[in-house]
Amino acid sequence: MDKEQYLDLFYQMVLIRRVEERAAELYQQGKIGGFLHLYIGQEAVSTGLISARLPQDRVITAYRDHGVAINCGIPANIVIAELLGKATGCSQGKGGSMHMADVSKNFWGGHAIVGAHLPLASGLALGDKYAGKDGVTICMFGDGATNIGYFHEAVNLSKVWDLPVLWVCENNLYGMGTAVERASAVSEIRQKAEGYGIPNERVEGMNVLEVRDAAAKALDYCRSGKGPFFLEITTYRYRGHSMGDPERYRKAEEVKKWQETDPIGIYHHYLTSNTIALEAELDALEAKVADEVQAAVAFAESSPEPGPEALFENVYVEKGTSIQVNK
Amino acid sequence: MPKITMREAISQALWEEMERDPKVFVLGEEVGVWGGTYAVTKGFYDHFGAERVRDTPIAEAAIIGAAIGAAMTGLRPVAELMTINFAFSAMDHIVNEAAKLHYMFAGQFVLPLVIRTVGGGGRQLGATHSQTPDAIFAHFPGLKVVAPGTPEDAKGLLKSAIRSDDPVLFIEHATMYQVRGEVPEGEYTIPIGQSKIQRPGKDVTIVAYSKGLELSMKAADQLAQEGVEAEIVDLRSLRPLDMGPVYESFKKTNRAVIVEEGWKSFGVGAEVAARIYEDCFDYLDAPIQRVAQKEVPLPYNRTLEQMALPQVEDVIKAVKEVL
Repeated sequence: MDKEQYLDLFYQMVLIRRVEERAAELYQQGKIGGFLHLYIGQEAVSTGLISARLPQDRVITAYRDHGVAINCGIPANIVIAELLGKATGCSQGKGGSMHMADVSKNFWGGHAIVGAHLPLASGLALGDKYAGKDGVTICMFGDGATNIGYFHEAVNLSKVWDLPVLWVCENNLYGMGTAVERASAVSEIRQKAEGYGIPNERVEGMNVLEVRDAAAKALDYCRSGKGPFFLEITTYRYRGHSMGDPERYRKAEEVKKWQETDPIGIYHHYLTSNTIALEAELDALEAKVADEVQAAVAFAESSPEPGPEALFENVYVEKGTSIQVNK
Repeated sequence: MPKITMREAISQALWEEMERDPKVFVLGEEVGVWGGTYAVTKGFYDHFGAERVRDTPIAEAAIIGAAIGAAMTGLRPVAELMTINFAFSAMDHIVNEAAKLHYMFAGQFVLPLVIRTVGGGGRQLGATHSQTPDAIFAHFPGLKVVAPGTPEDAKGLLKSAIRSDDPVLFIEHATMYQVRGEVPEGEYTIPIGQSKIQRPGKDVTIVAYSKGLELSMKAADQLAQEGVEAEIVDLRSLRPLDMGPVYESFKKTNRAVIVEEGWKSFGVGAEVAARIYEDCFDYLDAPIQRVAQKEVPLPYNRTLEQMALPQVEDVIKAVKEVL
C-alpha cells in the first residue's frame, strides 16, 4: 500500500462517521423519514473489506448500508440526498436509507428484509460463473441474519454449486437488542460455515488493515474457483440498532469500553506512530471531510423532490404496463 | 395446425427459447436428471447440460433468490417451483424482492425472470398441495401473473414471459397437461396482458382463465344445446388484467358469470365483478355471478374434493341465474 491508499482508508472511515452523525441530526430534525440504522463504530469493516475488492467484484448488503454505499464510491451528497428522499438520491428517493444502490459501481443494494439478500448473492455469483467472469460477490450481513432460513439455504447452495461468494458476517454482538448468545446456537458465527464445509476465518473488525488483509486473501480464494469463503468480522455499533432504540439491552459502560477501541482512533494512532502520516495531514483530511459533508447536506436540501410522474415509473419495464394496471 | 398437449406446448416454448438465447437457463427441484416432476423438462438435461438445466436443493427461497440474483446480472432464468403451494416458502423473494427491486432502485437494473409453477386441485393431493392462490400473487404491483388455458396460449405466452424484462409468475394447471389443442406451426409469441374471446356468443359473458376456461367451454357446449349462446372471455393474465374484451362483451350481453378455481373471497371474480360494476353499471341487467371453490381446505377424499371444486354444472347453474 502506498501512502495515498493508507490515507484514503482514513478519509473513508471519517467520511462515513461524519455523514452518519449528520444523518442522526437530520433525522431528529424530521428531515429523514422511516428507519435510520447508523454504521458508527463499524466503519473499519466495510472500509477494509471493500478496499480489497477489484472493480468486477459485486457488493450486496443489508439495511445498514450508508457506509457500504460510500465505500463503494457513491458520493456523500448522493447518499444524503437519498436519505432526504430527493430525486438526486442514488435510488431517486424511492429507496431511502435501507435501499441504496449504484449498479454502475457494482453496489447491488441495501436490502431490508433480514437475510433475504443472501440467496440473491448466490444468484449474482451464479451470473458471473455462468458468464465465465472472474468477479466475486461480496455479501455482507449481520449476526442476526445467520439464524434465519435464507442464510442456510443460500450458504448451502453456494457450496453445492461452488459459487464465488465471499460471505461476510458483521458480528456486532446484537441482532437488534438480542445478544448473539441469546439468539444463535453458536456465538462464534464462523462455526456455521464449518457445517457447510466452507473455509472460514474470524477477524477483529476494529482494525481496518486486518480486515483488508483478511478480505484480500478471502477474495483471492473465491476468485481462484474454489468456491465460497466465509469471514466473520467482529465489531460493535456505538449507536442504537436504529434511531429511537432505548438500548435497554446493554449498559453504557459496555459501549464506552468498545469506544476505547474506536476503529478511527486505532487507525489514527497506527498512521502517526508508524510515521505513515503526520498529525497535521490527518487534521487536514478531517477538515476536508467536514467541508464535504456540509456541502453534501446543502446539495441534498436544495435538490428537487421526485416529480409526481415518478410514482408510476419503474413498476414495470415494459412500456404502458404500469398505466394498464393502474387504470 | 398440429394438435399438441399443454405439456408439449410449454416444453416446446422453453426448449425453443433456450436454443435461441444462451442467457436462458432453468433451475429448480428435479428439473434436470429427473426431467421435471410434470415432465416438462424431459430431455433438457441431456441436450443442454448441467450448467443450463440446474437441479437445486429443496430450498425454494434459494431457488427464487438465486434466480433473482442471476437475473440482476442479465441472465434470463426460468425457475421452476414444483407446485405453487411451495411458493409460500419463497413468498418473501417473490413479493419483497422480485416485485419490488426494479422500482425501489429506480430502474437501475431489470429482472428478466420467469417463475414457472403448477397450481390447482383435483388430483387428490390433499389440502397443502392443491391450492389455487393465483389472486394472492396478482395482488402485487411489479409482478406479472400469467395463467394460460390452452396449449396455443401457453406456448406463445411462455415465450413472451421469457423475453420479458419484467418478472413473470407463469401458472400451469396440474390437471391440464394432457389437454390438447391446435398450435400454430413455427415461431410465434402472444403478448402478455391481452384477454381473448375463446368462444363467441351473444346471451351471456363468461369470464374465465386456466381451469375455469376448460369448465366454461364445456358448460357453453351444453348451454348451446339449450339455445343459450355464451361468450367466453379468457383473461390469460391476471396482472396486467385486460378488461377491454370483457367490457365489450358485457355491453353486448349485459350479463356476466366469472369462473375461477380459487376461493371466492377476495378472488379473481371479486376483482373482475368490481370492475364491471364500476365501469359498466348502466349495462347491467342482472347481478353478476361468481363460480369458485368452496371455502374449505381441499380434502383428500375424491368425492369431497370434487364437491369443493367448481364443476361444469355450477357454471351452467350460474348462467341460468343471470339469464
